[in-house]
Amino acid sequence: MCLIYNAENRAVDAKAHNESLIAHGLTKTYHTGEIEIRALRGVDFELKPGELVVLLGPSGSGKSTLLNILGGLDTPTAGTLTFRDHNLTAADEHGLTMFRREHVGFVFQFYNLIPSLTARENVALVTEIAAAPMSAEEALALVGLEERIHHFPAELSGGEQQRVAIARAIAKQPEVLLCDEPTGALDSKTGILVLAAIERVNRELGTSTAIITHNTIVASMADRVVRIADGLIASTEHNAKRVSASELAW
Amino acid sequence: MRVLNHKLFRELWRLRGQVLAIALVIGSGVAVLIMGLSTLESLSVTTDAYYERYRFAEVFTGGRRVPERIAERVAAIPGVQFVETRITQYATLDIEGFAEPVVGRLTSIPETGQPILNQLALQSGSWIETGRHDQVILNKPFAEAHDLGPGDSFTALINGHRRTLEIVGTALSPEFIYALGPAALLPDDERFGVIWMGREALEAAFDLDEAFNDLSLTLLRGINPEPVIAELDELLEPYGGVNAIPRAEQISNWFVMNELNQNRVVSTILPAIFLAVAAFLSHMVLSRLIATERGEIGLLKAFGYSNIQIVWYYTKLVLAIALLGCIIGAVIGALLGRYSTENYANLFDFPLLIYRPSSTAFFIAVGSSTLATVLGALVAVRRAARLPPAEAMRPPAPAVYHRGILSRFGVTDWLDQPTRIALRQIARWPLRAALTTAGMALSVSLLVMALQWNDTIDFIAESFFYNTQHQDLIVGLAEPQPLNTLHEFERLPGVLRAEPSHIVPADFTVGTRHHRGGLSGVAASNLLQPIHDDESGTDLTVPADGILLGSYLAAKLGVGIGDKVWIDVLEGRRPGGYVSVTDVFETTIAMPAYMNLDALNRWLKQRPVAEYFSLLVDSRSDAELFAKLKEIPAVSAIMVKRAALDAFYETIGAQLLIFITIFTGFACTLGFGVAYNSTRIALSERGRELATLRVLGFTRAEISYVLLGEVAILILAALPVGCLAGRALTLWLARAFDTELFRMPFVIDSSTYGFAVLFALAASAASFGLVRQRLNHLDLIRVLKTRE
Ligand SMILES: Nc1ncnc2c1ncn2[C@@H]1O[C@H](COP(=O)(O)OP(=O)(O)OP(=O)(O)O)[C@@H](O)[C@H]1O
Ligand SMILES: [Mg+2]
Repeated sequence: MCLIYNAENRAVDAKAHNESLIAHGLTKTYHTGEIEIRALRGVDFELKPGELVVLLGPSGSGKSTLLNILGGLDTPTAGTLTFRDHNLTAADEHGLTMFRREHVGFVFQFYNLIPSLTARENVALVTEIAAAPMSAEEALALVGLEERIHHFPAELSGGEQQRVAIARAIAKQPEVLLCDEPTGALDSKTGILVLAAIERVNRELGTSTAIITHNTIVASMADRVVRIADGLIASTEHNAKRVSASELAW
Repeated sequence: MRVLNHKLFRELWRLRGQVLAIALVIGSGVAVLIMGLSTLESLSVTTDAYYERYRFAEVFTGGRRVPERIAERVAAIPGVQFVETRITQYATLDIEGFAEPVVGRLTSIPETGQPILNQLALQSGSWIETGRHDQVILNKPFAEAHDLGPGDSFTALINGHRRTLEIVGTALSPEFIYALGPAALLPDDERFGVIWMGREALEAAFDLDEAFNDLSLTLLRGINPEPVIAELDELLEPYGGVNAIPRAEQISNWFVMNELNQNRVVSTILPAIFLAVAAFLSHMVLSRLIATERGEIGLLKAFGYSNIQIVWYYTKLVLAIALLGCIIGAVIGALLGRYSTENYANLFDFPLLIYRPSSTAFFIAVGSSTLATVLGALVAVRRAARLPPAEAMRPPAPAVYHRGILSRFGVTDWLDQPTRIALRQIARWPLRAALTTAGMALSVSLLVMALQWNDTIDFIAESFFYNTQHQDLIVGLAEPQPLNTLHEFERLPGVLRAEPSHIVPADFTVGTRHHRGGLSGVAASNLLQPIHDDESGTDLTVPADGILLGSYLAAKLGVGIGDKVWIDVLEGRRPGGYVSVTDVFETTIAMPAYMNLDALNRWLKQRPVAEYFSLLVDSRSDAELFAKLKEIPAVSAIMVKRAALDAFYETIGAQLLIFITIFTGFACTLGFGVAYNSTRIALSERGRELATLRVLGFTRAEISYVLLGEVAILILAALPVGCLAGRALTLWLARAFDTELFRMPFVIDSSTYGFAVLFALAASAASFGLVRQRLNHLDLIRVLKTRE
């Protein structure tokens, strides 16, 4: 673990949420020439252990920006981000890399698999560098792809590729799984298969999960639904009961 | 097309690193070509002008004592234009402040002014005065080496008489562009000088009234020298005349022409290598560019742009790269050409220098480099033209990878994923991988070729100066002297051992094969000038009967051990007869033939004589010995081995250092160009993969390994291939440089391979360093937002 460890910024109420990923007053401003784009305008957000959160919001509202900052891919213009008792806003490039390596799994709309590696090898890519990974085979079994482990990405369907991406994201047994429109490029049947895989990981491994989607139906599988508009959190709802992904339909 | 032109410039700017790298490779080829051909042309033109203006003769001969009236008969030979008779002889000189003996070549000139042929380019002072037998003109390099000039004087031992000579002028002559002393390999301006003296003075000194011992002539335009030489030889034979030679064999001219020839060889093969690599690089870059611009090409076609317009657009891009390369190459080539020509002019001491940056070279260079780059790119461009617009707008089908042989046998199980990525990338694009390896291998081979010159030179020094010359001095006599003169030399201060030898000119004939050269008689107890076989590394002893031949002469005559050679001696009583070859030995220098000195003297039917004495000397007595030697009348020349060795390293070393530096630079540029382009293309193709890996938590160092690993594997594979290719290139070049006088030995030290590999790795490392910079600026988020 190479996180920058900053005693002064040790999270305020560390005890209360010492397992959470917590963001305070995040802002992100892009400058393109003369124009200033404020993608985030002061967002407070917490992802609790084992929780499944769905993020909804119109295009351009800042969802991806938030998720990327949460995952240590991007840095905020202002605000703080803490994971456990580590201040990620103070971490340097290498610190963020190590945060991603040890604690975060990403799934994107475009699967971003390495075309020259088989399904198993794409997953092994991560298990080789993680501290306490499961085996690549186990991870692929979790997403129902044990039959396809020796296939190259070009030999897999879109849904299968996305499940490989999920297996790759969770194989390191991350505390946090961040998914940006994971079903965006898939039809509804395949999309549900993919969501079911994410749900299973969330339940069985207790991975805190955040899913960005444009599909409001997906919201019913969450513990909590966060709506984002114009760079701010517009509303938060708690679902009394999570609907299983396999029961979803659209 | 206006918009496309804007795009062209933006594209060139975006690819500027790669554009520059290719342009540098093209530039190197163009520079070598222009440098080589400019030097060649300038030297040829300069030499021709020099020969013409100072009326350098075309046929040279001599005799012991030829009556002056014979000159008229020579002039009457059909085809002869002008005839010049002279008296030439060696003499030992005593230059104040220079302890070692110096050899002077006395050459007669008319007191009244320039001779008809072989005129002098007076550099300072004035012509000699009539009636002043003590006035001389010195050749300029020699005068400069001793800081002598008009008004100074020195002493010379001329035919046994000590004479004080006054310098009235310094001059250069087309006859001594490459001024070689007797038995010397290289010019040594300190120890060998040309002394032009009045004809009357030399006639008196050598007792040659109304006679000459040296004759040269020019021919009418278009006359073949061979029949003239035959008649000339016949005419002079009764007067001890021997072997007339055409200008091509005149020693100074031979060296100049040889130098030109080597330049010609270098300036043809090397540019070809650079241009081949440039073609491949332009292909690589254009292929990649077109692959990324598929969509745009499709769009342009959909808008109604014709295939020709699209092909022309990409061709312009390549032409721009080629043009940049040509400009870089032309400038560097012209500068290096001037430098190299001046360097030669310095070595050769031309009184005039015509530097002409060869326009033919320029056209050849520009033409061939443009052609090579365009051809390389054309393959890729044709693919763009062939794309149907609808298909072009779809993303290319995903590359299909296969598990290779390695993984089928379970070998890859041992490899980590990043290494697998690199290996599969190579397996997926084998041709490109092979070309990258080939390009890098060529760079290594050029490095081996350039750096091995050090080894070659050391080898020559070793084999010529150490293995075959154990003596410290060789003393040459004006006339062959009885063998018992040996004892006089043995008695000189510091002399530990003295050995006689005698060289006679001879014709060697086997069937229709023919060679004219020297036949050396050496004593059976010969220790100081051993006949060394470079191949076995042992010394051979001269047999009582028969001859020993250098391998090159044996090959020329087509004989081996046990065969018989017909030999006509061209001196004295001119005996002829069959002699059998008792052994053949390997040597890089000249085409020697050895025979027992006693046997030679018996054959010549003369009382035993020797012309040369080799001396082994205790160096503590050098000063005393030199002083004594300068006083012995019979001594006409003294060769000091240490001085010859120094001159060898000084002249050759300086020349080679330039050559090695220039070519190492070009070869490194080549290596850099290949490595940089390969890495940049890998980066452009795999930026997305690398960004993904960064997202997954790979560090910059780790993704550098993934990116550079692929190219590094190719480069590592290129190293041994390059070393082998370098061997082949060196061998080829050595053979192309072969001459009768001198063979390039083929030697490459293992350390040379080591240095070549180090240079290639350094060039690769530099390009990796540049690309590595870009990895730090990889935009992770943009990649995730877009589909490939
Ligand atoms: N690199 C960038 N430079 C400038 N502006 C940017 C950049 N990235 C994002 N933005 C702007 O920030 C705002 C938020 O972008 P973001 O990608 O977070 O939106 P989003 O909610 O994910 O939208 P979508 O649902 O379409 O993916 C947008 O207005 C976008 O134009
Ligand atoms: Mg988004």
